[in-house]
Amino acid sequence: MAAAPVLELAGVDAGYGVFHALFGLDLRVEPGEAVALVGTNGAGKTTVARVASGLLTPTAGTVSVDGVDLTGRPAQDFARAGVVHAPEGRSVFASLSVEENLLLPFRRQFGRAGVADALARAYELFPRVGERRNQLAGTLSGGEQRMLTLARALVLEPRLLIADELSLGLAPVITAEVYDVLARVRDAGTALLVVEQHVDHALALASRVVVCAHGQVVAGGATDEVDLSTVFATAGMPDDGGEAIR
Amino acid sequence: MTAAAAVQPVLAAGAVGDFFEYAVRGIPFGCVYALLAVGLVLNYKTSGVFNLAFAAQAYASAAVFYVVRKEHEWALVPAALLSIVVVGAALGFLLDYALYRHQRTASPLAKLVTSLGLLVAMPEMVKLALGPGVKANPPPLWTVRRTDDFLWRVGGSRFVLDAGQIATVLATVFVVIGLTLLFRRTALGLQMRAVVESPRLLRLQGVDTDRVAVVSWILSSMLAALVGVLLAPLFAQLTSLDFFTLLVAAIAACVVGNLTSISGAFLGGLALGILQAELAGFLPTDSVVANGLRPSLPFVVLFALLLIRQSVRSARTVTDPLAGVDPPPDPPPADIRPAWMTTATRAFAVVVIVAGFALCAWVFDDYWVGLIAAGVCLAVVMLSIVLTTGVGGTISLCQCTFAAIGALATAQLTQHDVPVLVAMVGGAAVAAAVGAVLGFPVIRLPGIYAALATLAFALFFEGVLINLSWVSGGDTPLRVPRPTVLGTSFLADRPFLVLAAAVFAVAGVAVIALREGTTGRFLDAVRTSDTAASSVGINPARTRLVVFVLGAGLAGLGGGLVASFSGQANYSQSFTFFIGLVWLVLVITAGSRSVQAAIISGISFFVFPALLDRLFTWPVNFVDTNPGAPPWLLDIMGFFKPEWAQGVAFVLFGLGALTYAKHPEGIIAAQTSASIRRTVRFVERRRPAATSPSNGLDLEAPA
Repeated sequence: MAAAPVLELAGVDAGYGVFHALFGLDLRVEPGEAVALVGTNGAGKTTVARVASGLLTPTAGTVSVDGVDLTGRPAQDFARAGVVHAPEGRSVFASLSVEENLLLPFRRQFGRAGVADALARAYELFPRVGERRNQLAGTLSGGEQRMLTLARALVLEPRLLIADELSLGLAPVITAEVYDVLARVRDAGTALLVVEQHVDHALALASRVVVCAHGQVVAGGATDEVDLSTVFATAGMPDDGGEAIR
Repeated sequence: MTAAAAVQPVLAAGAVGDFFEYAVRGIPFGCVYALLAVGLVLNYKTSGVFNLAFAAQAYASAAVFYVVRKEHEWALVPAALLSIVVVGAALGFLLDYALYRHQRTASPLAKLVTSLGLLVAMPEMVKLALGPGVKANPPPLWTVRRTDDFLWRVGGSRFVLDAGQIATVLATVFVVIGLTLLFRRTALGLQMRAVVESPRLLRLQGVDTDRVAVVSWILSSMLAALVGVLLAPLFAQLTSLDFFTLLVAAIAACVVGNLTSISGAFLGGLALGILQAELAGFLPTDSVVANGLRPSLPFVVLFALLLIRQSVRSARTVTDPLAGVDPPPDPPPADIRPAWMTTATRAFAVVVIVAGFALCAWVFDDYWVGLIAAGVCLAVVMLSIVLTTGVGGTISLCQCTFAAIGALATAQLTQHDVPVLVAMVGGAAVAAAVGAVLGFPVIRLPGIYAALATLAFALFFEGVLINLSWVSGGDTPLRVPRPTVLGTSFLADRPFLVLAAAVFAVAGVAVIALREGTTGRFLDAVRTSDTAASSVGINPARTRLVVFVLGAGLAGLGGGLVASFSGQANYSQSFTFFIGLVWLVLVITAGSRSVQAAIISGISFFVFPALLDRLFTWPVNFVDTNPGAPPWLLDIMGFFKPEWAQGVAFVLFGLGALTYAKHPEGIIAAQTSASIRRTVRFVERRRPAATSPSNGLDLEAPA
């Protein structure tokens, strides 16, 4: 018998007040699987990520992590079940120092004894972050803030890592490095849900692609099997594998 | 020559000795400021609430301590445990659970409004619960002897601290060290600092933010209780007002620490206390400078800090990076109202206004007409709150002060035989001028600092300026006559009501024109984002200043009208800081952007307590007129007391502000929207064939 999917959204409706963003959306991520979620702006990708990490409670449908129904539970229960969400945009505590930003999750995950080791690993991944460990996180550049977010997420080695537009604001060289790290994390057994405009990076990493449009899943399949031009046409995206956006 | 040389060093030694003596005298007062300031910082740092109600919480615990210790003669330890630990913790839990939990991601200003409501409601609740009697000579928490009893037993010393002062100093040091360690060294402290910035981001790290917040509220509330019990013996009587007055100094100390640094607030408070004692010691006691400067020092220091500290003026409110998860605010009623209903609403408004005048002319007796006329006069002041706070976006806690300035200036002018109506315009001009001087620095400050600066000005006026005879016109309030224009007399209440209504109508139309016009659009832009507004060529400071000055002038005009109606410019009866808070809270509850809110809140300020008075007097009359009724009924009826009316009204006004977090547009707009939706649904059901009016809100699923 197959293991339960690490993440399962079933018939999810969600939105913001009177604005509906998702309409009966279904999505599964198997343990250790890397899934790329693609779609145009406004397709609902970020809302999927928010529902999957418990930030947003769906108005209908269920969200399960490792087969446990967590619908309506606060985000901390998702985090404790091993879901780590690196939200889009600035997502660090600006008024805490860089190191304090890392201490928050590391203390919980590794205990007092493991913190030093975890910090060392984070700074090894992104030496730039280590150089600025005593600076207020709000004074970092946009790219450095992304690195800090990623350092936090990657060191935690979660069951599932949800990365929303994580290359946004990063130099191409750094983006490439980040994807190398993501590949290592995936190989170590972490499931990935990657929301990305840089479709070529995401597709190279993922084993499966899910295309989102108008708040629903409109197409999908194994990255080496589906016809990408059909996929992009379905999603209303330019048919060049993201070339237009680069 | 030699004699002079010998005297010189002695004098110097004396001066240095004096310096230290005064410093030691100032330390306990500095610690008082510091304790309050540290409490405010703790609250702000961990919940984003600049909790002005901290003073009210302190007062509540002090009152409980007073009652159990002095009236019920409990032993010290159980009394202290009950009032500090039990009451403090329970209050903190309640505040978080019932209120602030639901506004964790609300703006700092929304939270400030909630705390203002509590600041109004809580002392009145305490008085209702514990009895309104005078609480003289609050008991000390500490019963150790004076320092000269055990430290300098032989010969005594100039450096004398009494028991309460030692307790204050020790408690301050203990609290500051404890909190610094908590924030620097512990995981909980780290989480407390993080939760205020973005509870959502913290939840993503697996932290139970509700638990963190409730712990920090319990902690800060217990600190408030400790502060209250410690400080109460400083005053001859236990009154909530004394605690409010200490707020200015505490706010100044907070600003030293940029509202977030515990040690900064501590040092700021300490420095202020010492500075005050040095001034008291070295300045000649009878000089004008000394008498004026000493009590106003906290205010002067606060304004100096706000003006010169770059970190204050450039302070950016840290925004929640995940704020996008919040649903967008409801659209205003006008946006969802179909055209036919707008016509209907306007017709209805005309009917209400005509009916209102008709009722006042022929139905209501003189008592109620008098109250309504007073309410309409006050509505002009309320309109200035709409203009400054709702339209202009500056939370001003000193509109009552501008009204007082207008009233006093009107009174002074009428003393010089200026006609009343002209004097009112003059009063408005004086208030506007004061508004310009105050507004120039204030409107450049980030929102929360601007609110605190206006609060400080209101308290400064109440504590210092009003006592100067050239401001207040002496001990007896100046008389202001009612006007007579071209043979038309407005001496009676009914004609005056017409006059006040006319003034309100003109001012109301002007406010609407400003709100809907270019200036209003500029202000909408500025309120949303200074940066974005600047980038399209709007000067945010100038736009805000214009509205702030107009608001001050309008408040001054209303103040003159109030004074003329009541016959005198009576500060302590009509314009105090606390009354001003009630006004602000009322307008914000009703809807800070709406002219209807101004008139409704103006009239309810007078009519609502009168109605409650009737309600509470009725059982008393019943007891008097029906002595033969069953005893249990008489017991129930005898329970009610007419003197509750004002207190209950203030409690309800204050609690009304708690709806602000849910309906920042005000309950009038919220109710209007709800009734429009109901009516539209009703009409649609009646006319199924008609095309449903699309309001563009519900995005349909794609086919």
